[in-house]
Amino acid sequence: MRFIQAVAIVLSIGWLAACSSTGDKKSGDAAVVEDRSGDAGMDAASADATATAVGGYSDLTIDSLTDPSSPVSQRVIYFEFDSSEVAEQDREFVAAHAAILAANPNLKVSIEGHGDERGAREYNIGLGEKRAQSVRRMMEFQGVLSSQMTTVSYGEEKPAVEGHDESAWSMNRRVELVYVAY
Amino acid sequence: MKTIWITLLGVCLYLPGWLQAALTIEITQGVEGAVPIAVVPFAAPNGRQPPQDVAGIIAADLARSGRFAPVPEQNLIAQPVDTSQVRFQDWRTLGVENLVIGSVETVAGNEYRIQFRLLDVLRGRQITGYSMPAKPEQLRYVAHRISDIIYEKLTGEPGAFATHIAYVISDSKNGNKEYQLQLADSDGYNPKTLLTSRQPLMSPAWSPDGRQLAYVSFEKKGRAAIFVQAIHTGKREEIVSFAGINGAPSWSPDGRSMAITLSRDGNPEIYSLRLSDKKLKRLTTGSAIDTEPVWSPDGRSIVFTSDRGGSPQLYRMPSQGGRAQRITFEGNYNASADFSADGKSLTLVHGQDGRYQIAALDLDSRLLRVLSDGRLDESPSFAPNGSMIIYATETGHRGVLAAVSSDGRFHQQFSLSEGNVREPVWSPFLTRK
Repeated sequence: MRFIQAVAIVLSIGWLAACSSTGDKKSGDAAVVEDRSGDAGMDAASADATATAVGGYSDLTIDSLTDPSSPVSQRVIYFEFDSSEVAEQDREFVAAHAAILAANPNLKVSIEGHGDERGAREYNIGLGEKRAQSVRRMMEFQGVLSSQMTTVSYGEEKPAVEGHDESAWSMNRRVELVYVAY
Repeated sequence: MKTIWITLLGVCLYLPGWLQAALTIEITQGVEGAVPIAVVPFAAPNGRQPPQDVAGIIAADLARSGRFAPVPEQNLIAQPVDTSQVRFQDWRTLGVENLVIGSVETVAGNEYRIQFRLLDVLRGRQITGYSMPAKPEQLRYVAHRISDIIYEKLTGEPGAFATHIAYVISDSKNGNKEYQLQLADSDGYNPKTLLTSRQPLMSPAWSPDGRQLAYVSFEKKGRAAIFVQAIHTGKREEIVSFAGINGAPSWSPDGRSMAITLSRDGNPEIYSLRLSDKKLKRLTTGSAIDTEPVWSPDGRSIVFTSDRGGSPQLYRMPSQGGRAQRITFEGNYNASADFSADGKSLTLVHGQDGRYQIAALDLDSRLLRVLSDGRLDESPSFAPNGSMIIYATETGHRGVLAAVSSDGRFHQQFSLSEGNVREPVWSPFLTRK
């Protein structure tokens, strides 16, 4: 297990480095997104601040979670309509969080799934749960212990953005990582 | 007659007192061919006006059904109190088929005696007539019972006016979200808050006897739980709270079990929960989302939503679990089913071309008919007599309730002065016939 964790961390840091060198910055996207939403229970980070932090990937620690210049200060993963698949470009972002969790077994995270307002409320609870479980499975694969993670789905009950069009819906189809204690 | 009084009183005992109306109803699309009926204002023989306009409540009930067109009060040609005062010929000339007359008499101190007669204008004779006692706070309820009797005599189907609706309200107060589970009469009057929470409340479901509501609450932060609450005492009990989903409660017709959705074994699956000993039985398997179970009225099968075929569709399986059959094929989104009381049709949320509307599915012919014309309509629930479907819609970016007759011809909207209202569920019949 410990070996897997180590590999996971190395791999994820590798991915992140690759990501930073190509300039394909999930964190930059997320920051823009964050500015539009204004409220998702996260620390705000401007796109500029995030852009200057790209070189810091190899130093991911618990402290990175609260460092607005670190990509892991972001906590949200977004999803396509009626999909619970973590998008290709978000996988290294999930991996970065997983790396921190795997290296800190006392750290706990609540993985909270959400959906947009369209369709049936309980089905959206199901969809939010599937989204949370997708993230959970990726983290588990990277060495995060089952006991470190809980999932909960709020479906469409706790939108990040109030609104009735795609610009709001795309912000609401999400998983939020809520660290419980660190 | 005596038995009717007793059941009336039995139910009235735990009804809340009269409050300000919070939901007001507007008929948004009428029906041609509604039967003209005259409801004459009820007399107050000893001069004391009752606190409720009983005849007005009856006329509004009959109008809301879409089946009747009450004559406006100012057009009434006479205001008879007793059959002997009725000149049937005059009412025939007015084109009125039926006439309702009556009185609200003060008896002993704070009690009333309501008498009413339903008259057949064409034949010039009484169809039915009752006399019933009521305390002031029971007057609205008794008026709804009279509407039920009139409706049943004239249509051959039971009325569903003396019933309740439960629903969820969300509002922002000083930047804080507040959720309320409320209960009101079927006409939106007498709203009563059953529960208030800072965390989401959802999925209210009536017990078959109409005495309890199951619902989902997120009041334990970061975890959902299903509760059952007795309506008249307010006493509540947590039924399940596993890790992950605890949702979509639906009572079995015998009231002994509940179908629920849990993800405790990994995936959103449907379970039946025996309420006496909390014994769980898993009914679905697989990697899809299986949720929103509803029991058929005969208790033999469960209809649910699943995306096992790629998009959410409705499936039907035996209530003990087993092979499920897909029952919706039209449109790329069909979910949130509710059975009509006769088990012959379902109402559901039907998504097509990016719009989500309320539809009815005839289970024999598999014919699907779209009934609403909103963009984000959801949570349909049948009236216990199958005549109407109440659902949630939005107008001006606010959540409101609306109702449509099950044939789709008659529409009405319930509006609330503030906040968003959603997830309406119509109670079962509250009295035994």
